[in-house]
Amino acid sequence: MKTRFFNRLTLCGVAALSISLGLLLAGCGNSGSGIKVGEFASLTGKEATFGNSSHEGTLMAVDEINAAGGVLGKKVDLITEDNLSKAGESATVVNKLISRDNVVAILGEVASSRSLEAAPICQANKIPMISPSSTNPKVTETGDYIFRVCFNDILQGKILATFASGKLQAKKVAIFTDVKSDYSKGLAKYFKEHFVAAGGQVVAELDFNGGDKDFKAQLTAIKAANPDAVFIPAYYTDVALICIQAKQIGLAAPIFGGDGWESEDLVKIGKDAVEGTYFSTHSSADSPDPSIKKFVEGYRKKFNGKTPDAMAMLGYDSAMILVDAMKRAGTTDGDKVRDALAATKDFAGVTGKITIDAKRDATKPMVILQIKDGAFKLVDTVNP
Amino acid sequence: MDWLLQQLINGLALGSIYALVALGYTMVYGVLRFINFAHSDVLMLGAFAAYFLAPMVQGAGGASVMSAFLIVIAAAIICALIGMLIEFLAYRPLRGRPRLTVLITAIGVSLFLEFTGQHKAVFGANTKPFPKLLPESTLHFGAVTMQSNDIIILVFTMLLLAGLWAVIQHTRAGMAMRAVAFNEKAAMLMGVNLNRIISFTFGLGSALAAVAGIFYAMRSPGIDPLMGMKPGLYAFVAAVIGGIGNLPGAALGGLLLGLLETFAGGIPGLSNYRDGIAFAILIVILLFKPAGLLGRLQPEKV
Repeated sequence: MKTRFFNRLTLCGVAALSISLGLLLAGCGNSGSGIKVGEFASLTGKEATFGNSSHEGTLMAVDEINAAGGVLGKKVDLITEDNLSKAGESATVVNKLISRDNVVAILGEVASSRSLEAAPICQANKIPMISPSSTNPKVTETGDYIFRVCFNDILQGKILATFASGKLQAKKVAIFTDVKSDYSKGLAKYFKEHFVAAGGQVVAELDFNGGDKDFKAQLTAIKAANPDAVFIPAYYTDVALICIQAKQIGLAAPIFGGDGWESEDLVKIGKDAVEGTYFSTHSSADSPDPSIKKFVEGYRKKFNGKTPDAMAMLGYDSAMILVDAMKRAGTTDGDKVRDALAATKDFAGVTGKITIDAKRDATKPMVILQIKDGAFKLVDTVNP
Repeated sequence: MDWLLQQLINGLALGSIYALVALGYTMVYGVLRFINFAHSDVLMLGAFAAYFLAPMVQGAGGASVMSAFLIVIAAAIICALIGMLIEFLAYRPLRGRPRLTVLITAIGVSLFLEFTGQHKAVFGANTKPFPKLLPESTLHFGAVTMQSNDIIILVFTMLLLAGLWAVIQHTRAGMAMRAVAFNEKAAMLMGVNLNRIISFTFGLGSALAAVAGIFYAMRSPGIDPLMGMKPGLYAFVAAVIGGIGNLPGAALGGLLLGLLETFAGGIPGLSNYRDGIAFAILIVILLFKPAGLLGRLQPEKV
């Protein structure tokens, strides 16, 4: 009995010792002398290509900044955390970045729902946060420390509504929304507002849950409503499966969506079922714009010939704009960097001239792409 | 009218997959009186086994009936072995312990498989494109369409149900399974090797899960380590609706749930509530038939 008690005591002692040792080591690892910038991204999971593209763009920007001597005489230390594309994880990792790593700013995310998780935390801690490509208006409405370097869904919905009634000649549209995603619900809402205001008719509104595998029930209802076009404001994994099943039940109306479609996996999973579909996004590697051409070249060199998508370009711009604001502020102090960010005007980004407006959004041109022979082809560039 | 017929076909095709998964749940319950929550993850492993086997088996030939058959058999064998291994490592040491302990362990095994699968070194959390296993064609009946795969799935489910029935009713192993289900101790006294029978039950159940996983992936060709959660939950409910422990009941429950989900999902405005509607009906059924549609109520012996 006695020996057992002592055994347990030793065990507790060893455990306590190893925990304190672990903390000590972790503490050592964090004490770099650079400027710590936190990034949270969906590096794995359902929207993994978003996170990876965005992260690679950000990484490229940070490497270029550090190669040019860093900012304020210091190197930038990018600390990246993965949120597994899951709800709840972003809050955890952003809390960790702020309280344990003491980052001075946060970059992220692509998906609006996950940016919306992080935004209140950054706002409460007065840490500036820049979302590279979350388009839901609510993201920057969270507070004055939250910025984005892309357009929002009020604009995207409007341009897609014009595209549907113009290029697609659609009078009746069906909308298929992912109720789990703030991005999807927001874009559906703004699209509908503009489309109906312009005299169009929404003949069917159906819902699914992101991650569902069977969409035939809803697609059959959409087919029965006989729309001229089907609008799917959702993310690429779901869109690919929806397009496959739409083809199977014989839904022939053209299908289109927003920037959540842009991923190489859309074509990998959807194959011939996504041929001919359209989506809007921030920019295209096909663009003749010299700044995009230069970026595409550099990106291909750095990442084994991979062609960057809009998420990569926006990831790059988000880091560049942050560093520009730090330079102008002359400090990494949260309040001053925030003020400098808010004053950003005509910053030459890859995705165009970026001016942060009063709502902390960046209004920029948009592109419409079509999937042809498994590749994204530039169809149109729309100026707001 | 076309709309109704199309939804009926959609519902039956979806339901037959739930039925197939439910068969595995209900069989293990019938023998061991416990819900193997890891069943839905063995389904996922079946789909992944096929994902990795397909390029090897198909070679340059592409999709054919022969290669599909080989892939399904191989994946079923792999999963049967995994199922037996799970039973050996996780459940056997708990034999004779309170049922709740085993149940919690089953949930643990399920989470273990899901989260290990999501690790980069295993499958990764990304959705992977599932290869085409069979040449597919779409059959048109007026405005109603039907996939050749859906028919195959429906027929196969019925065949497996009949096969399982035959195994349980007409083989020695099946007789032993029924004996164990009836009274474990008495069966042991009669010379039934309990461990071997339980192992066999798990192997059979896991092989069924593998087949269901492959069928599920054929319907919507994007697979990920969490893909088993939804069909797993639905199939579990299907098994309960049909009367858990009852094989035809599980198949009936599966088809019913597939139809319910499809019809609720196809109504604009209600599509968001389809799971809610399906589960509300489950509650109503259980209120009136607590043992399920085909189950018999067994009074607890005191």
